Amino acid sequence: MAGDFTRTLDMGAQKRSIWQSLHIDLPLLVLLLMLMSTSLFVLYSASGENLSMVYRQMVYFGLGLFIMFVVAQFHPLWFQMFAPWAFTAVVIALLLVLLVGVGAKGAQRWLSVFGLFRFQPSELMKLVMPMMVAWYLASKLLPPSFKHIVVTLLIVFIPTFLVMRQPDLGTSLLIAAAGLLVLLFAGLSWRYILGAAGAALVIFPMMWLFVMHDYQKQRVLTFLDPESDPLGAGWNIIQSKTAIGSGGIEGKGYLEGTQSQLEFLPERHTDFIIAVFAEEQGLIGVVLLLLLYGAIVMRGLYMASRGRDTFDRLFAGALIVTFFIYVFVNIGMVSGILPVVGVPLPLISYGGTSIVTLMAAFGVIMSVYMHRRV
Amino acid sequence: MSFSLKDANIEKEIFVKRAALVSFFVFVMLLVLAGRMLFLQVSEYELYAGKSEKNRVQIEPVPPIRGLIFDRNGVLLAENLPSHSLTVVPERVENLDYSLKLVDQLVGLSERELENFEKRIDQWRRPYEAITLKHQLSEEEIARLMVNSNFLPGIQVEAELVRHYPQGKYFAHVLGYVGHMNERDKQRLDSAQYKATKRVGKIGIERYYEDQLHGQVGLQKVETNAQGRILNVLEREDPVPGKNLILNLDVNLQKVAMDAFEGRRGSLVAMDPKTGGVLAMVSTPSFDPNLFVNGISYKKYNALRDDLDTPLFDRATRGQYPPGSTMKPFLGLAFLEAGVTDWQETIADPGWYMLENDPRVYRDWKRSGHGEAIDLRDAIIQSCDTYYYEMAFRTGIDRLQPFLEKFGFGQRTSVDVQNELSALLPTRDWKRHHRGRSWYAGDTLNLALGQGFMLTTPLQLAQATSVYAAKGKWHRSKLVYSVDGNVLEETEKPEDVIITDPANWDRMNRAMEGVITHYLGTARNLESRLSYRVASKTGTAQVVGIDQDAEYDSEALEERQRDHALYMAFAPVEDPKIAVAVIVENGESAGRTAAPIAIKVMDEYLLNQPKRPESLGIVGASDGR
Repeated sequence: MAGDFTRTLDMGAQKRSIWQSLHIDLPLLVLLLMLMSTSLFVLYSASGENLSMVYRQMVYFGLGLFIMFVVAQFHPLWFQMFAPWAFTAVVIALLLVLLVGVGAKGAQRWLSVFGLFRFQPSELMKLVMPMMVAWYLASKLLPPSFKHIVVTLLIVFIPTFLVMRQPDLGTSLLIAAAGLLVLLFAGLSWRYILGAAGAALVIFPMMWLFVMHDYQKQRVLTFLDPESDPLGAGWNIIQSKTAIGSGGIEGKGYLEGTQSQLEFLPERHTDFIIAVFAEEQGLIGVVLLLLLYGAIVMRGLYMASRGRDTFDRLFAGALIVTFFIYVFVNIGMVSGILPVVGVPLPLISYGGTSIVTLMAAFGVIMSVYMHRRV
Repeated sequence: MSFSLKDANIEKEIFVKRAALVSFFVFVMLLVLAGRMLFLQVSEYELYAGKSEKNRVQIEPVPPIRGLIFDRNGVLLAENLPSHSLTVVPERVENLDYSLKLVDQLVGLSERELENFEKRIDQWRRPYEAITLKHQLSEEEIARLMVNSNFLPGIQVEAELVRHYPQGKYFAHVLGYVGHMNERDKQRLDSAQYKATKRVGKIGIERYYEDQLHGQVGLQKVETNAQGRILNVLEREDPVPGKNLILNLDVNLQKVAMDAFEGRRGSLVAMDPKTGGVLAMVSTPSFDPNLFVNGISYKKYNALRDDLDTPLFDRATRGQYPPGSTMKPFLGLAFLEAGVTDWQETIADPGWYMLENDPRVYRDWKRSGHGEAIDLRDAIIQSCDTYYYEMAFRTGIDRLQPFLEKFGFGQRTSVDVQNELSALLPTRDWKRHHRGRSWYAGDTLNLALGQGFMLTTPLQLAQATSVYAAKGKWHRSKLVYSVDGNVLEETEKPEDVIITDPANWDRMNRAMEGVITHYLGTARNLESRLSYRVASKTGTAQVVGIDQDAEYDSEALEERQRDHALYMAFAPVEDPKIAVAVIVENGESAGRTAAPIAIKVMDEYLLNQPKRPESLGIVGASDGR
């Protein structure tokens, strides 16, 4: 093993480029920078030409790139070693959130650290969850046995449940998805997948009847028929669909989107930013953006599959697919094919937390790929 | 260690297979998203483009400027003054109580303003329609509100033109006033034209000429944001301002007339017999119509409503009084027309009159009687009742009533008075129908004194006097002279009164001159003041019935139960330019209370008028101010 490792370094030394020594994948970096430029471009319009918001977003991107760079320098073995400790720590933090957390609008999502700053442990769990499951399954025979599947589900369930209690349904589902994706990449048998899908069909009506709060039911109903509450929850969807639809093929032109410029669109610089983009750039712009996201996901999957070992592949694979789920859920919600859950559009929406978490994930993917065996 | 059992190659293979599968799903999901966008942006483009345009562009109505009202000399009676008011759109206010409290701290809200606001908020209104909270803001108040506008969502300072009546109480009843549109107004008016209008004419000329004064609504296409704030005016179709009115009324005459009442209750109507133009129309006491424009407080309204002197009541057009002896000239002509008497016949007046088979004694106002030989002329000058009893009995209701009707009694005759009452000229049918009894000869005798069932309004009496002064030629009374420079056409009018011997007009006029000039005339106290010839007749009308044998003692009666004093007059006799009817409620002596008021008005019109830059037609009313 040690010899292998040394040889790799020797071989690498001969054709090592500057990017390799920095552990940065140039194609992925270029794609991410394209996405970031798009974000700044759209944000200027979506914020009502608010330059200071654009500058702040640039600072977040700079911070994100720095974090990605730092994370990429860690050898994946470090992640593997720290996985159980990190997981335990974040679960404890989630418990603390429920006990002593601070919050707003009826939800408790933050921990205040000595009153100096606040942080949201559920954001960290988005990274730690696939890391933990990958750590667990990497030591087992794959495809996983029933027993291991049950243990995995338990690992997934605990933080999911804690986040759901905050309550933050959207984030908890995405955390669960990140964990389950690892299981999928580990070769979960189709029997179980189909079985789970069947169970979901049974469970949903039960949840509807016995578990869901009225406001949650209302949200689902509003999704099914936004016109039923045109000034309330339906307003957002009606306005964002109107923005998108009225963009047509070519769009209304940069800074010309009447829906967004005239403030009909809610949360137009955060969760609903794609509607601004779709209104102003039209179908052509949206398809180009989707292609950019597709390219990032494909590059990410390729990099994950080149991972050093099972842990690396599972961890990186789950992260990149989670990234795509964010994209799908956000655009699906804004365009009215999914219910409204608070999910930002990755690396386009305004906001530092999401950018830092996502860039840390890309740091992991880069680490996995750049520290691979050649 | 299980580690050694693992097959790295198989695991890598599993992952690569799954990654390929996931790539496929990612591709499919991207297609789903792209397909969704294709659907929204291509298939449903028209629908959403329309929705977006509707969102963005709103058609806003622009209120027209209300027409101005001038008197015959071009003096403004109703104008529009710019005013800033504080408006509230309740739908956009997050916390109404808090906002009201803050506004109160900034500019102060009176009880009346809050009261009006509460009242308006409960009334029907269009969604997102602004409700006015405070009128006539000062510059300083506007500044204070502007600085704090961030804390006051849904509350705005709005500039508007507000109706103002510079002559105040002098034209309150004639002009009426505008007030906030209520639900009944909305049902009555063309909703398209009144989309942006806040106030409409409630009574008087403002109400009657509402259509002309209002103008046509303008439209502007505006771009608004989601909060409804106007960002851009895209297109504009200007409103057509309302038409300006010039009245026949004369501001000086109106003031002289109202002031002449010296606080007494009553009414005066003066008309030009040559045109029917109403020169003055007064009802006292009056009120300030400006109070109603921005919504009067309950307290002030109740005070006006409950005032025993009923200032809100328009006596000129809706006050119904027995005309008393002012009927005598009309009746005199009726007797002559019926041929029951002539100017020569005399009768004896012992102070009372009796009918066969009727035990009732019909008294003359003068208990001792007017003498042994009273003719028609004496009966007019001295207002001899006995003479009229006799002649009315001879003529009978069936000939009296149709003749009186020709002068407009018992009918609405004005061209443009809102809510004029027709008062009452009784007939046999009327009595049977309303009293359930047949007509007695005694009823005719009562009618001969302008008492009994008969009622007139001051306007009606002025109209009859005017027709009389014009020797039977009809011109219906009209308040407005011209609309936007177009002189009001005289449309269908009643038939002129034609009498068999036209010389009887002059003979009767001379008798009526005697009311002032003769030493026995009932208004002789005015003779020294006259510099022109006046034909007139006094009248008194009983307010309470007095027992036949009771002594009439005015001191013993409450002031409000004293007789009403009436007076009808026109001048100059040779070429009548003004006809006047006056009533002073509980004025007792027509010669002392009612007649002097009429003379003051006629003096002002006939003697002072040439000094004023005379006017009708010269005033550039269409130029506005």
